[in-house]
Amino acid sequence: MSAATATPDAKAAYDQRWQRILDCVALKQPDRMPVVLYATFWLAKYGNVSCRQLMYDYEMAREISERAVLEFDPEAYGPLFLNTASGRPLEAIGSKQIEWPGHGVGDHQPYQYLDREYMKPEEYDDFIFDPTGYYLHTYLPRVAKAFEGFEDLPIFPGLHYFRLIAGMRSFAKPSVRAALENVIKAAEEIDRFVGHHVAFTERMTSLGYPCTNGVTAIAPYDFIADYFRGARGMMTDIYRRREKLLELLDKCSIFLLKQAVAMAKASGNPVVFIPIHWAPDAYMSDKQFRELWWPSCRKMLIGIIDAGLIPMPLWEADCTKRLEIIRDVPPGKCIYWFERTDMVKAHEVLGDVVALRGNLSVSLMTTGTPQQVDAAVKHLVDKVWAKGGKLILDASIGLPDEAPVANVRAMFDAARRYAG
Amino acid sequence: MNAEEKQLVEWLSDMNEDDALALAKRMLFEDKKDPLRVLELCRDAMDIVGKRFEEGEYFLPELVLAGEMLETIGALAKPLVKHAPGEEAKKLGKVLIGTVHGDLHDIGKNIVSFMLDINGFEVRDIGIDVPVDKFIAEISAYQPDVVALSGFLTLAFDSMKETIAAFEQKGMRDKFKIMIGGGQIDETVRAYTHADAFGVNAVEAVNLCKGWMGVAA
Repeated sequence: MSAATATPDAKAAYDQRWQRILDCVALKQPDRMPVVLYATFWLAKYGNVSCRQLMYDYEMAREISERAVLEFDPEAYGPLFLNTASGRPLEAIGSKQIEWPGHGVGDHQPYQYLDREYMKPEEYDDFIFDPTGYYLHTYLPRVAKAFEGFEDLPIFPGLHYFRLIAGMRSFAKPSVRAALENVIKAAEEIDRFVGHHVAFTERMTSLGYPCTNGVTAIAPYDFIADYFRGARGMMTDIYRRREKLLELLDKCSIFLLKQAVAMAKASGNPVVFIPIHWAPDAYMSDKQFRELWWPSCRKMLIGIIDAGLIPMPLWEADCTKRLEIIRDVPPGKCIYWFERTDMVKAHEVLGDVVALRGNLSVSLMTTGTPQQVDAAVKHLVDKVWAKGGKLILDASIGLPDEAPVANVRAMFDAARRYAG
Repeated sequence: MNAEEKQLVEWLSDMNEDDALALAKRMLFEDKKDPLRVLELCRDAMDIVGKRFEEGEYFLPELVLAGEMLETIGALAKPLVKHAPGEEAKKLGKVLIGTVHGDLHDIGKNIVSFMLDINGFEVRDIGIDVPVDKFIAEISAYQPDVVALSGFLTLAFDSMKETIAAFEQKGMRDKFKIMIGGGQIDETVRAYTHADAFGVNAVEAVNLCKGWMGVAA
């Protein structure tokens, strides 16, 4: 990780904080239990601003994020700016998959993803045969307005010799010209957005604070379920189009891995965050999980590890029944972040294989008292950390948007009181 | 139940969609079987699916696929049913369901809706991001036995609490039972919102409603 620090003291503090995380990954006990600050719209509550302000005001999002990091003094912070300040980029690309303040939801509501069928069942073959072509001609115009017009792009494979000249004529079409102009305009906004993120990260580095992860990747099954077929389509495809689904999962695992590794290396941060949506015990049978979900994900995890990077899947909901299966990774290479899985059980099954992250419950952090939060931290310290678990303390999915600030203070205070 | 009927129930409950739909069509259109009997067989199959779900053999994909198979057969069979006036099948109870305000999620709500429907409840689904006033107006008009509040985001905790508090203020809280459900819902949230019960899946929702209506779950 690059650490363009301002002072030797800040660099030492940065290195010490990051080493605690790396020690956990390597299954070594650090000098104290790391605690991380991961938030999205909890920052609006903390900064006493609306979600809309946080999404649209780059400077404000950076200022509030920095204030939170300095107050809570975590071992690392999540990509706070990227997680929140995306209003202008979303507007620039004209996202049709997300509703955000001023675009479908109110000023005080977080953005929300719309579960829909973005890929029709009969389009499996198109996607499998030529993923890039499918993206250009079908998927991108379907999910974001800026790309409307890409339907009229030429079919690139097959262009050759004088066909190449004829094929290029498509770029003169008004629809394609307009799309290209829109995409360039969007890219300029996204460049400003990412520039602010980089500046924020460099600023935090100079103050001695590392970011938890450089990039976000996705498991192949979740990629198809969430962003292409939708929940209902995916659940029925398991029966109706099983072979096609397996073929697509295999293909996706190749390009998703390639993308994750390239982006992580460019970011300079080795940790690859992978939010996992469709692994929970309640979603599918053990057999389905072993046959349909896990193989393509494991392939990605191993590929990320082989590239010298650190996968950090967030196993959402309760994945207790999956623990024995997901244990099948090389020891000392991953951080497994759990939402509702019993952390004590996770430590028993996985303690010698992965670092653990989490998992103060959402309902506790939102509706409980600081005393209850303190007791919950003590429970994790006593039952996991003190038993040798390489635990990175966090709320179960980062800080819930509505968590009272007093509960967050209680979480950090208790962590320092009971575990360094 | 004759061999053919048994076969339909088996294919439906085993997720053998192609064979089940072909047989159901043959029974309805070639054999001219009583459509009410075919629908009864569908319910038998769904009982098996529900049991397998509770026993941990089946999960969400099977509930969803079974629901779609039943929807398909239902759409074919229902126009063939000849009702005498007042002869509509008696429903177990009325459930009004919606996702509370601020939350746009509907996957879980939709699964609960159709599971209640195919288990004999009359269901009115009033959609997502439902304001408190709309809940009150819909309840006043529909007079449900159960109100189901759905929500996936953490903001739904306060929306649910506010919605239930409004029912109390309007003096309607005791006229129906309230169940809540969604990704983050647990006993802590139930107590916080003052709902009567929460469920972690669609079968639990059906069982809660059956319990309240005095029907064996």
